[in-house]
Amino acid sequence: MAISSARLPAVASAGPRPRRAGRLAPYGFVAPFFVLFAAFGLFPLLYTAYVSLHRVELQTADRMDWLGLQNYTRLLEDPFFWNALRNTFTIGVLSTVPQLLMALGLAHLLNYRLRGRTFFRVAMLMPYATSVAAATLVFAQLFGRDYGLINWALGSVGLDPVDWQADTWASQFGVSAIVTWRWTGYNALIYLAGMQAIPADLYESAAVDGASRWQQFRHITVPGLRPTIVFTVVVSTIGATQLFGEPLLYEGNSGGGISHQYQTLGLYMYEQGWSFFHLGRAAAVAWVMFLLIVVLALVNAAVAARRNRTDR
Amino acid sequence: MKPAKRSPLQGGPLAYAVLGVATLLAVFPFYWTLVAASRSNSELSAATPALTPGPNLFHNLGEALQQAAIGTALLNSLLVSSVVTAGVVLSSTLAGFAFAKLRFRGRGLLLAVTVGTMMIPPQLGVIPLFMVIVKLDLQNKLPAVVLPSLVSAFGVFFMRQFLLQALPDELIEAGRVDGASLLRIFRSIVLPVARPGMAVLGMLTFMATWNDFFWPIVALSSQNPTVQVALKSLGQGYVPDQSIVMAGTLLGTLPVLVVFALLGRQIVGGIMQGAVKG
Repeated sequence: MAISSARLPAVASAGPRPRRAGRLAPYGFVAPFFVLFAAFGLFPLLYTAYVSLHRVELQTADRMDWLGLQNYTRLLEDPFFWNALRNTFTIGVLSTVPQLLMALGLAHLLNYRLRGRTFFRVAMLMPYATSVAAATLVFAQLFGRDYGLINWALGSVGLDPVDWQADTWASQFGVSAIVTWRWTGYNALIYLAGMQAIPADLYESAAVDGASRWQQFRHITVPGLRPTIVFTVVVSTIGATQLFGEPLLYEGNSGGGISHQYQTLGLYMYEQGWSFFHLGRAAAVAWVMFLLIVVLALVNAAVAARRNRTDR
Repeated sequence: MKPAKRSPLQGGPLAYAVLGVATLLAVFPFYWTLVAASRSNSELSAATPALTPGPNLFHNLGEALQQAAIGTALLNSLLVSSVVTAGVVLSSTLAGFAFAKLRFRGRGLLLAVTVGTMMIPPQLGVIPLFMVIVKLDLQNKLPAVVLPSLVSAFGVFFMRQFLLQALPDELIEAGRVDGASLLRIFRSIVLPVARPGMAVLGMLTFMATWNDFFWPIVALSSQNPTVQVALKSLGQGYVPDQSIVMAGTLLGTLPVLVVFALLGRQIVGGIMQGAVKG
């Protein structure tokens, strides 16, 4: 924290002037990164568009037959594509909205002067240290229909068991719970970092003016955090659009449940490519996901810009 | 900002209660993994499930190590994560230094491209990447997982931000006046200053690589897996023995948890440092 708040004078853009012999040296410094980045990062990104216009099968990945937009039109006619799109949206909302709201609340509490503050922060971040695979296997068991701990707990307070796998909403809730569990603490820390950049005197003068804690939160904390909130909303939206491991391992099949009730776009893409062997069509799904992310990011940015204007 | 002035708010009993509940929710699945991994399958499917650890832990761990090649997987993951971490930290520090402190033609454009790709989903490149790996005959081999991860756009950006603030221009200027070459300056001036940033980036990279799931299951088979790929086949196998699945999960999670127990405070600091601030 000390490092980031102690700002250095803005001389960085000027930098020391290199001597003639060293003029090429900077390229040497960035070369290791860019050589690998170009080969395994940029090239595949661009080439996906080309692949998506061809018939490419997994077993004969060398052979590409021109199809034009046929992969895309086939996609739009596939009800499972629309189902996956809808699921991606509902699971995205179910996981992102509660996650960020809880993270905001927890960050507010973590910002209090507390004993064992570091302990709480580390504990909150622990789920972030697990993998998608491990977390999903554990939650799949907790959400088990017959022997799961959650249904047992529901039963012990007299409630009926829920079929967390076959039921559409319950299974989507289950998948969302895994995402929420893993990322809430992480986002709370991001918010906490933002809160600590808000000057303490603002709160002191507000308190002098008789503002309640809720009013302070509403009128000082939330506006001060706006850039951070926009950042987390964008990052979580991108994450939700790509959701893959949780629905794949929740029951252990790439269909996303017996009636595809929680199949996401990421899983649908994997199913097309690596269960049905249609790499070309999977590439088309990848491009649709990308366009979706671009649209969502633009919407987020527009909403943020508009709120900025109306609030000030 | 001085720590003492950071927050004028004093936490009351309610704050402790809510944080206590949140901590329980965050930690309980770990505890339960241990419980399930130390019981037998029949105890787990009893009418009243076990809530405390049992005596079967080592038996289940042994079983898990035999099934789904978990032993190989642990070694593979350790190897992959170490090599990737070394590659990312080194390439990011070199490039991050150049972007932060050196002037060269095309710097702005190159940096913009680097940062821009961070927003693009990895899925978008996975199919051509898979085709490249097949062409290089690397399918099911560890280099297939290592090569694409050796560099990271996030890493470059992270080190650039760190060095921008941590490395005074005067230090580099002093090195130049003494007639040191740029490489010499990098070794004896930049690297020592960069070390805390490199440590944080290294921890984050190690954890992310260890936990990576999507690309490894595409590139590797269950015969030569990383831990995450092995966990997938353990969960999907015709082995309904949940206590062994949980033992495998425990084995896959433990290394990162140990790192976390030792360096949790620094990891928290690193994440908060990397955050976007108001």
